[in-house]
Amino acid sequence: MSYRRLASPLHAARAGAGCAYCLALACAALLADHPIELGAVAVAIAGAGLAAGVGRELRRAALFALPLAVAITVVNALVARDGLTVLVRLGQLPVLGHTDVTLEATVYGAVLGLRALALILCGALYTAAVDPDEVLRLFRRVSFRSALTATLATRMVPVLVRDARRLGDAQRCRPGRPPSRVALIRAASTGVLDRALDVAAALEVRGYGSAHRPPRATRPWSRHDVAFAAAAAAILVLSIASRVAGVAPFHAYPSLHAPAGLGVLGLGVALIACALGPFADRRGIGR
Amino acid sequence: MSVLSIERLSYSYPGAARSALRDVSLELSAGELVVLAGASGSGKSTLLRAISGLVPHFHGGEITGRLVVAGLDTRAHGPSELAFAVGTLFQDPETQVVMGTVRAELAFPLENRGESAPAIARGVEETALALGIGHLLDRSTNELSGGELQRVALGAALAGRPALVVLDEPTSQLDPVAGDELISLLRRLNEDADTTIVLAEHRLERCLPAADRVIAMIDGEIGCDAAPPEFLRWAASGAPELQTPGARLLAGVGLRPAVGVKPARAALRELGLLPSPPEAPEPGEATAGGPAPGRSARGRRRRRRDSGPAPALALRSVWHELPDGPAILRACSLELAPGEHVALMGRNGAGKSTLMRHAAGLMRPTRGKVHSAGRVALLLQNPTDYLVHETVAAEASSRSLATVGLSDPAFAPRNPRDLSGGERQRLALAIVLDDPEDPPAVVCLDEPTRGMDRRRKGELAELLAAMPAAVLVATHDPEFVASFADRVVLLADGAPIADGPAAEILSGGTYFATETARILGGAGGALQPEQGIAVLDTTLRAEVIAG
Repeated sequence: MSYRRLASPLHAARAGAGCAYCLALACAALLADHPIELGAVAVAIAGAGLAAGVGRELRRAALFALPLAVAITVVNALVARDGLTVLVRLGQLPVLGHTDVTLEATVYGAVLGLRALALILCGALYTAAVDPDEVLRLFRRVSFRSALTATLATRMVPVLVRDARRLGDAQRCRPGRPPSRVALIRAASTGVLDRALDVAAALEVRGYGSAHRPPRATRPWSRHDVAFAAAAAAILVLSIASRVAGVAPFHAYPSLHAPAGLGVLGLGVALIACALGPFADRRGIGR
Repeated sequence: MSVLSIERLSYSYPGAARSALRDVSLELSAGELVVLAGASGSGKSTLLRAISGLVPHFHGGEITGRLVVAGLDTRAHGPSELAFAVGTLFQDPETQVVMGTVRAELAFPLENRGESAPAIARGVEETALALGIGHLLDRSTNELSGGELQRVALGAALAGRPALVVLDEPTSQLDPVAGDELISLLRRLNEDADTTIVLAEHRLERCLPAADRVIAMIDGEIGCDAAPPEFLRWAASGAPELQTPGARLLAGVGLRPAVGVKPARAALRELGLLPSPPEAPEPGEATAGGPAPGRSARGRRRRRRDSGPAPALALRSVWHELPDGPAILRACSLELAPGEHVALMGRNGAGKSTLMRHAAGLMRPTRGKVHSAGRVALLLQNPTDYLVHETVAAEASSRSLATVGLSDPAFAPRNPRDLSGGERQRLALAIVLDDPEDPPAVVCLDEPTRGMDRRRKGELAELLAAMPAAVLVATHDPEFVASFADRVVLLADGAPIADGPAAEILSGGTYFATETARILGGAGGALQPEQGIAVLDTTLRAEVIAG
């Protein structure tokens, strides 16, 4: 999964605004406890991915995240000793001891799993829709060499993946017994070191060794920059304010308490509206 | 005004037994376009690395003498400081492009110089326009083709408007069209901006017409430093392996060498030696290298199927369609008879490598079938990928090593990665051939001549010619094709567009034609200088008889 410039409002927004937007969604996922609020955040992230044209990337991330979410739910249901509503009595189990599966532990596990899903989707949205070079340029004024190292790592991952695929293909072309894993690891490591040397030489001849701090680029704020920055601020304010005001109360133990009143429903709708609002304006999104 | 001044420069890599550069002295003026010629290992790359300051600052080693670039002495200034004056482009663009997008890549050297934001924006824009890559500016560098990546790397080298640009075999991974475009681009930059360019190349016939001067390296020393016509005259006796095919052709009929196709034709025409071009075909008649794919190629294949033995390799309507992407192969059909030597040509991205992978079973067609009469040995583009053991002897059996000419006992204990490029290529070939119980029915080689000098290409052609198996070679090098292939298949957009004898396909076009064929206009189907000389001899004899 990597960034590709698409014609979408999120891609058209400056990296700072895109970062803030994704960060706000991640914070909302971390601050939310109520399943409805958390579900709304997950829906907002998925909707943003679809609206940004990176639905396939998010689907791929979801294929990894969903089993993880299910695993978290199952593990919590099996290991948590709290909760009053027993669903299943499993009796004495090896390692786990006496195990009762309770409704509260299962729901709490599902909330944790949903949060993990939302955070992974949020990471996927950021990776696919926010220009990493522009993000790193923001940080290069603070720590130039660290930011460049991060850029190189990002750039080299697909290069090394291709190298690994080539090495694998070459080994499949060898007749007879395949070489040992140790030999392959040694060959792969040598290849990586060769690549590193080549890249280091390229950096030298591009003047990296005597690099100056990059200048501050001044760029007028576009409608999309403003919209996503405002959406980020609104999502953060909503999440923090609802937590402080107790709009979406939730506690799992000892017995489940998750009222689905108008307040929490309104909060969910507001979060989704704030997250998807900036996508309504599609003027000037191409390049 | 001198842009580069080298005085008695000698250099040895750390731990090397012999010097890579010996007593090199030269001066380059502003606006010169210099071609650096020489066999592999002659010191071309080392000289370029010395000019860019990587030697000795990056590689270490021992250096004597003096090298001054745009007033900066390389003893006191490292490559990063020299980067303001020297733009450098190496062979492999993959490791020279370090940023995620093309725009960021072009901006990187300017940012390193501490340019202001408006100056960076302008520099990026101007470089992109000059190189014709404006449409790529917002593309991710991971999505670019080899040719596009090479242009972007060149853009990064030129973005700071350096006084001197050094390029190490920049066309070795490009198809003939992209290679010619790059040379034209360099000539234009040289003329428009007065940029001095030093270009190391093996395919001299491609770049000599654009050059003002040629410097030939022999064993780390300058063997010749002259204008292209004088260089060719020197090469005739001093370094025959550096002669262009055109120069060999003219020398064969007692003429002075000419630089490029047009002067060579003029020289032959002046003496009345230029044979008439083949007559234009009647409507409906197949042309040489033209629409052979249609009825004639199918007819040929049918005849081969009807009359000959079972094919060594047969691809029948093979499609390779990427999920959510384009079709790389489109109903591609191809047959190789046992022992037949076939060259597969076409632009970068035409589907040559994919076809080879299907032939060897590394990929499965999304539609269509692949049959082979036995094992298909495939040598991929990078021979180093095959080398996983500590010694040459551990990589392949002695019998297989002997087949590829590595039977000398001195090779056995050496680390495969310490071998030269040509030796590594042969060792990788030994590895894929190495199964005495199951000898390959087909041997496929993907771009085996990248970065090889003429002598090594000749050795490889001899090796392939001696192989009993059917041979399929994907290459961009028409001169190499002429030396080994019976038949040429031209691939475009995932399907063969021409399929016929080498003499027919390689003598009928411009980009996929040898220099001899282009000079003679395809007369007599001559592809190599020796064949051309025979055609010219016949013309001469006919004129004598007529006169």
